[in-house]
Amino acid sequence: MSTSPVSRVRNRRWPAAVTALAFVLAGCGSADPNVGGGSAAAPFQPVAQEEGSEITIWVDATRVPAVKAYQAARPDVKIKMVTYSGGANGSNELQTKVQLFDRTGSGWPDVVWPNTQDISWATAGEKPFAAPLDGLVPQSTLDGYADGALERCQVNGKLYCLRNDLAQVVLWYNKPLMDQWGYTVPTTWEEYQALGEKVAREHPGYLVGTAGDAYSEEIYFWASQCPASVLTGEKAVRVDLRDAKCTRMASLLDTLMTAGSMARTTVFDAGFIANNASKVLLMPGPSWYGQVLFNETFKTPAGQIAAAPPLKFAGDQETFTGSVGGGIWMVSSHSKNLKAGADFVQWVTTNEDFLKTSGTYPADKSAAKVWLEKQASENYFAADVAPVFEAAAGQVWPDWAATTQYSQEAIYSSTILPALTAGDTLTSKLPDWQTAIEQKARSLGYQVN
Amino acid sequence: MATRSTDRPRRVNAGYLFVGGYTVLLLAFGVLPTLYAIWLALTNSRGQLVGLGNFTRTFADPRFLPAFANIGLYLVFWLAALLVFVVLLAIMLHGRMRRTTATLRFLFYLPGALAGVASIVVWLILLDPNASPVAPLLKLLGYQSLSATIAPGNLPVLFMIIAFWTGAGGWIVVMYGALNNISHEVLEAARIDGATVWQLAWRIQLPMIGKWVAYMLILAVAAGTQLFMEPQLVSTASFGQISDSWSPNQLAYQYAFAANDFHGAAAISVDLLLLGLICAVVVVFRTGLFDRD
Repeated sequence: MSTSPVSRVRNRRWPAAVTALAFVLAGCGSADPNVGGGSAAAPFQPVAQEEGSEITIWVDATRVPAVKAYQAARPDVKIKMVTYSGGANGSNELQTKVQLFDRTGSGWPDVVWPNTQDISWATAGEKPFAAPLDGLVPQSTLDGYADGALERCQVNGKLYCLRNDLAQVVLWYNKPLMDQWGYTVPTTWEEYQALGEKVAREHPGYLVGTAGDAYSEEIYFWASQCPASVLTGEKAVRVDLRDAKCTRMASLLDTLMTAGSMARTTVFDAGFIANNASKVLLMPGPSWYGQVLFNETFKTPAGQIAAAPPLKFAGDQETFTGSVGGGIWMVSSHSKNLKAGADFVQWVTTNEDFLKTSGTYPADKSAAKVWLEKQASENYFAADVAPVFEAAAGQVWPDWAATTQYSQEAIYSSTILPALTAGDTLTSKLPDWQTAIEQKARSLGYQVN
Repeated sequence: MATRSTDRPRRVNAGYLFVGGYTVLLLAFGVLPTLYAIWLALTNSRGQLVGLGNFTRTFADPRFLPAFANIGLYLVFWLAALLVFVVLLAIMLHGRMRRTTATLRFLFYLPGALAGVASIVVWLILLDPNASPVAPLLKLLGYQSLSATIAPGNLPVLFMIIAFWTGAGGWIVVMYGALNNISHEVLEAARIDGATVWQLAWRIQLPMIGKWVAYMLILAVAAGTQLFMEPQLVSTASFGQISDSWSPNQLAYQYAFAANDFHGAAAISVDLLLLGLICAVVVVFRTGLFDRD
């Protein structure tokens, strides 16, 4: 009697609303993002091609000269250059943008300078972002790249990128200083450790390396053949830092950090450049250290720095080394001018006249030869780096998963570096590192075993 | 009579006009994205309803709780600093001479005028003992390198300092405005009654700007839980020494753009929305923000 018709209707609506809400909350589908996804790529279907149309090229600041040199060599090609972070320091800018372009259906660049991790997502899905380059780049050109250089570009039997440069790790050293102190360049990690301890005693303050770089794991643990991540399937990895090949390197680095001849900060730290750069006796590092670090950043005078072959453990049969970076170029599968894109990536990775001016070791064999000749003619290095570089290029341990969707550098950086700064040992942090890799891999849909 | 009937509709129309612009923007950039996020959070990539699946899934992520713990600690520092210092500085500012006040107000506001990213870059330089103008102080505190300054334990306090520096100035100016609203007669009467400066602030000024403080708290909680730029930039600048999922917003970003999982990301943003709403409701009811005077 007192209930008005309106409120009665309202009362009746309530159960309906509750039921609807319950239905929504109960759901019926699976929330697992990996269910049903990850289907294999369909055969590549290019979009309608427009001969001579403008291509957009995304590069980081370092690669701007490459685009300019290409434009100068091919003035008739219409190019729009965009500079972006290049995915430096583990940023996933390209992936972020491409995923938004995928959602809006437009905006993709034609050619990109991605980071190595980008290869993983860019070749996955039903319509991968990267265009397969088989057929667009002649086989004779492909044969010109260093052995194994294109391996990280090959996914499911298709070639998705071209390799710009190799970043094989060698042993850098200060030749006049080594000679003056009567030290011989070590050839094994055991000798290296002994020398490091000796340097700490005899010449305190001098360094034989640093464990405090974001990529220190690629210099030391990769060379030690540590299974920090080994691909066992398309989306499956083995992560085992308890392996003796990891613990041996951790304890070597710990010994030298305790002794004082192994730094705990990055070589690009302003403090390191100011205080430690002139005190580097030995430094395992990638081939680009020569020009980019010693010459341009440390401003080490000519005639001091030389490269020795990568170190090996006395008990190992074979010498293996690591790799820090080694850039790639990708062409977008959405490009309306695949021909121009493919021509660009070919030109910048193989043109000898252009590549000899770069700071990095070209992946193309004949360009690398010209590059090495130029290095020798400039007399910056205290000894010819050519034989060391050429040999080390083929010694990179192939099992280290360099193209997982997660970056080992970012994980090492966030789990190990703060601990090293706080004075902890690497060995004590291996379990944390292990957990961090496993969690990151799982969060991206990898199966970890 | 005749004049009133023509006057009233016109005033109403003008009101709609004023509110209209805001409403359109609120709908386009506030309400609709929120609804879209809620829809994404309840579905999967095949458009099926999954109930709370995305919420339980993200909650079980080992990065989820640490991210919320980080942001919780940060909020404690940030809200405490904001409450104490903004009110204190505003009251002190109000007591100053007119000319000094204008200068100080300008100085307080200045950092806020810098674009967000730029002001964080300033801090990256300030925090690096090798580049900082306050390097002696940092070294005195035992920090010899940027990685030592940004040790994980220091982060909540560091982000609080950065956020205070960039954001508090605006609030000081707002509080100053609120203090100006207090009738001069009330303050005069209190002074005649023998109130000290302290009593004046505590018993008259603070209670009278209470609603402004509550309003600041609500917005500060909402902004604070969404902390993204500071950890993201410091992480990039330190070559990744800070986890890429330090704050919940960063974790959501990782879900959306590293794992291509917009549904998980939406679930985390809805978590943040609920957190902000709960805090707002508590503050509104405890302070009587919506009560009419």
